[in-house]
Amino acid sequence: MSYQTKKFIVSIFLHTFLLSVALSCIFPFLWMVNVSFKTQEQFDTDYGLEVSRTINWESYKTVLIEGQFWRFFLNSVFYTFITVVAIVIISSLAAYGFSRLDFPGKKYIFYTFLAAMMIPLPAGFVPVYVLLNKLGMINRGGYILAMTNMGLSLSIYLLKTFFDQLPRDLEDAARIDGCNKLQIWWNVGLPLVSPALAVVIIFNALTVWNEFVFAALIFTDDKFMPLQVGLMQFSERMVTQHTLIMAALTIAAFPIILLYLKMQKQFVKGLTAGAVVG
Amino acid sequence: MKFLKLKSLVLLALFVASIPLVFMSLSGCTSKKSKQDKIIIWHWMTDRKDALDSLAEQYFTQTGVRVEFKLFFPPDVYASKVIAAGRAKNLPDIFGILGEKKTFASFIKAGHILNLTPYMTENLGAWQNRFYEPTLAVTTFKEKNNYSVPSGVYGVPVDTTMMQFVYNRDILTKAGLDPEAAPVTFEDFFSQAKKIKEILGIDAFVCGWGETWLLNALATEWAINLMGEEKFQRTINGEVAYTDQAWITVFSLFARLRDSGFLPTNIVTMTNKEAEDAFSKGKAAFSFNGSWSVNVYKQKNPDLNYSFFPIPKVSGIYPAKIWGGAGSSFMVNANTAYKDKAIAFLKWLTSKEQQQFLIRETNNFPSIKECEETLPPILKTLKPNLEVLTHPDVWDKNEDSRVLEVMNRGLQQILLGIKNPQDVAEEIQKVKERISKR
Amino acid sequence: MIQETFKDKLVNFSFVFPAFLIFSIFYIYPFFYIFILSFQEYDLISSPVFVGLQNFREVLFSGTPWWDSMWWNSVRNGVFITFCALTFQNFLAFALALAVDRVVRLNRFYRVVFFLLPVLSEVIIGLLMKQLLAGEPIGRGVLNQIFNNIGLSGFTHNWLGTNSVLFVTALVHCWKGFGWAFIIFLAGLQSIPEQLYEAARIDGASAYQSFSKITIPLLMPVLTLIIVLTMLGTMQTFAMIFALTGGAGGLTEVPVMLIFNHIKSNQAGLACAEGVVLGIMLVFVSFLMFFVSKKIREKYGVLSN
Repeated sequence: MSYQTKKFIVSIFLHTFLLSVALSCIFPFLWMVNVSFKTQEQFDTDYGLEVSRTINWESYKTVLIEGQFWRFFLNSVFYTFITVVAIVIISSLAAYGFSRLDFPGKKYIFYTFLAAMMIPLPAGFVPVYVLLNKLGMINRGGYILAMTNMGLSLSIYLLKTFFDQLPRDLEDAARIDGCNKLQIWWNVGLPLVSPALAVVIIFNALTVWNEFVFAALIFTDDKFMPLQVGLMQFSERMVTQHTLIMAALTIAAFPIILLYLKMQKQFVKGLTAGAVVG
Repeated sequence: MKFLKLKSLVLLALFVASIPLVFMSLSGCTSKKSKQDKIIIWHWMTDRKDALDSLAEQYFTQTGVRVEFKLFFPPDVYASKVIAAGRAKNLPDIFGILGEKKTFASFIKAGHILNLTPYMTENLGAWQNRFYEPTLAVTTFKEKNNYSVPSGVYGVPVDTTMMQFVYNRDILTKAGLDPEAAPVTFEDFFSQAKKIKEILGIDAFVCGWGETWLLNALATEWAINLMGEEKFQRTINGEVAYTDQAWITVFSLFARLRDSGFLPTNIVTMTNKEAEDAFSKGKAAFSFNGSWSVNVYKQKNPDLNYSFFPIPKVSGIYPAKIWGGAGSSFMVNANTAYKDKAIAFLKWLTSKEQQQFLIRETNNFPSIKECEETLPPILKTLKPNLEVLTHPDVWDKNEDSRVLEVMNRGLQQILLGIKNPQDVAEEIQKVKERISKR
Repeated sequence: MIQETFKDKLVNFSFVFPAFLIFSIFYIYPFFYIFILSFQEYDLISSPVFVGLQNFREVLFSGTPWWDSMWWNSVRNGVFITFCALTFQNFLAFALALAVDRVVRLNRFYRVVFFLLPVLSEVIIGLLMKQLLAGEPIGRGVLNQIFNNIGLSGFTHNWLGTNSVLFVTALVHCWKGFGWAFIIFLAGLQSIPEQLYEAARIDGASAYQSFSKITIPLLMPVLTLIIVLTMLGTMQTFAMIFALTGGAGGLTEVPVMLIFNHIKSNQAGLACAEGVVLGIMLVFVSFLMFFVSKKIREKYGVLSN
């Protein structure tokens, strides 16, 4: 067997494996999008298993305008954006500190952060709510802070792992060039961990985007509610309208997929940049 | 390597500074209590949003007082929200509470809920007398109750809920059964269901037994029927053991249902929604559900031809009782500045016209007596139940949550076929004894 | 290293300070709160009663024998699902990452598709899989229908039945979650410089040798990360399981579901005790994992921190 044919067979084998897994992943998604383009009558006859020939945007119109999803959507974009930016800055600063800088109690503080990923806080919402209320922050500010906290531990851990693997030569060079610590973090540290930043961004964007418990807990006004709370209320009220629910779900899922698509490029770019430097 | 020192530093400073700025600009968004010019109501009844909003609108045109309903979903989170808001002294003027009577009592003891007795009893009890007694009993604390709460009425029910059996008349006809002769005893029910399964091949009985409270409600109804309310209460007081023959008989009913072959496979994973869906689409002949289902069935299948029937009796000695009472209620915040306005609104909400409006829109059985003539036929058939209603919230004492948890899980395990009634009874008794030793 | 002054250390600490501040408000403070709660009988509203170790006794030793209780049953279920996730899910993710790293065609397509499932919420996956797996009238039994249609009726099965429900739940969990491990593995694989492989090839190393001598050792930190994340994620999961099967009479009950139910039935003290116990177990296992991975890395002599 020649090298070429061997390679061909291997690639056939690989693709069969990959495609079959891909198919299982893509099916629920296609089904969801497919149903969202149907009318309720069509859905009742075929359960959305037939590909719809006509694209029917009615469900989307209803969801966005009557279901007020445009507002929930904008709220979620807002919360996700601010929270992710905050997490990236705060956690990369902290991770750099834990990895490269020295201060008393460093080890213990880091372990506390690690432990936070592991201990669930079942009744934790009560003291947090009471405290936020005392601070006058039962509003978007309090929500964003709480969401920021949710992603901190993991992000710090992830970024620290990446910082730990990086060679220190570049930073030493920067120090000799007269950079202070903050400048080194910004100019050398951050660009080098950008692949990990991509993971941090996607992970946290997903967490904040899909969060609903805390939002439902602290907001009293519909105009502050994020998408997932809107989605829950909507699917409860429209329980028989599968096409509407699927349209709402599609709206809820797409932004994160788009973000991931976008970050994919960053991901690869960051990785190659890191490899060249390393 | 090049460092854009100044530029990057300025950028960074702006970035970091912008975070607190954003937070600051965001605070102060919540409506401050002092500026509030309307009555705020929190509740979990999101399914009735349109009807409630329209009532608020009507009230404004009639009286000039603004009322705003804020409805939250899901109920579990709502329950936590009310608790958190209570702890933060941040509750709205009117709100609903989810949970057992013990939770209700805790809210009262913590000083969050206004005792409505003075308002209920003024003018010779004009307001109190509007309500069906068993409905109001759920939000009432009797003299010298076990919850150590001062006696009184603490909530205003807006509807009455009853846990009922229901059957699809068309399916009974198709199976050659008389749709006028609903099963009376458990044996009737069992044989009819078996026949339907044999003739039509469909699952005869569905119920959301993935949600354990539906199991608990049915087990309670059967237990009270089999042993009488007095012995039932003595079990809760610890004077009768769960290993008593009567209890084992109750648990065995579920084992018989399991072995009957007419339950859907994996019924312990079925949610109430799925059961409602199956029944309304004619995929099952019988179901056990609350009276709110009238509205659900109507939405899902307006042509569904069904009737309610009382619980299939397991004994002729003791009367059968129906689990029911106030479905949803409103409580008035003890610390609100709008006490009188809030009470005036609740009085208006529980008067004939508004209740009729709610019946029309939401098909719930009302909480007040005056609407009887205008009840839709299907709700009229529920009226006799009012004589036999019972509810854990009106008993002197309810069973401990730990015991209930083990019982509900035990019933599920019987349905799964992994435990037998005897073992489950012993397990419950063990927990009961451990709890009472404390 | 130059000796740093106190001021320098303060500057260093200021890097961590913003994170530490937020963390104190939203984590450390509530943690002490629930720790105290776990010694109380409390419904979060009226006055708490101090009950000493009663809640912990209830959690740990209420069964006869002690391991035959609701709590330990849920822990066993959780551990089983975690074991499936650690082996099956991570193996799948690693295999997929290796394959995608090799193939040129459709590379981007795979990367997007494998990440579709983590994007959907757990509840939705649970509800959807229930439609596929459960037969009428609970679900639609689509999977069994497909088996029947393609003539494999031998494969039809009561997927949510007593014998298989836990295993099926674990499989659904793995299927939903492998996307995360996949992208992290892929990132790890792609961060290995190509030069290393080339050098190995020039030295005459076989594919297997370069895999075991370069890929695996260099992936060790990533592997630790994934193992810890999988363990934490799986032991704390419950939304998908709740939507798929509920507790199914304890058959698929996991620790966090139990905690959630106890909060719901106003037994906050008990729920907090369960949270503390679960937390201690997870902390113990995770730190053990970190320690082991460090030892392994030291032994291989790569990336000693």
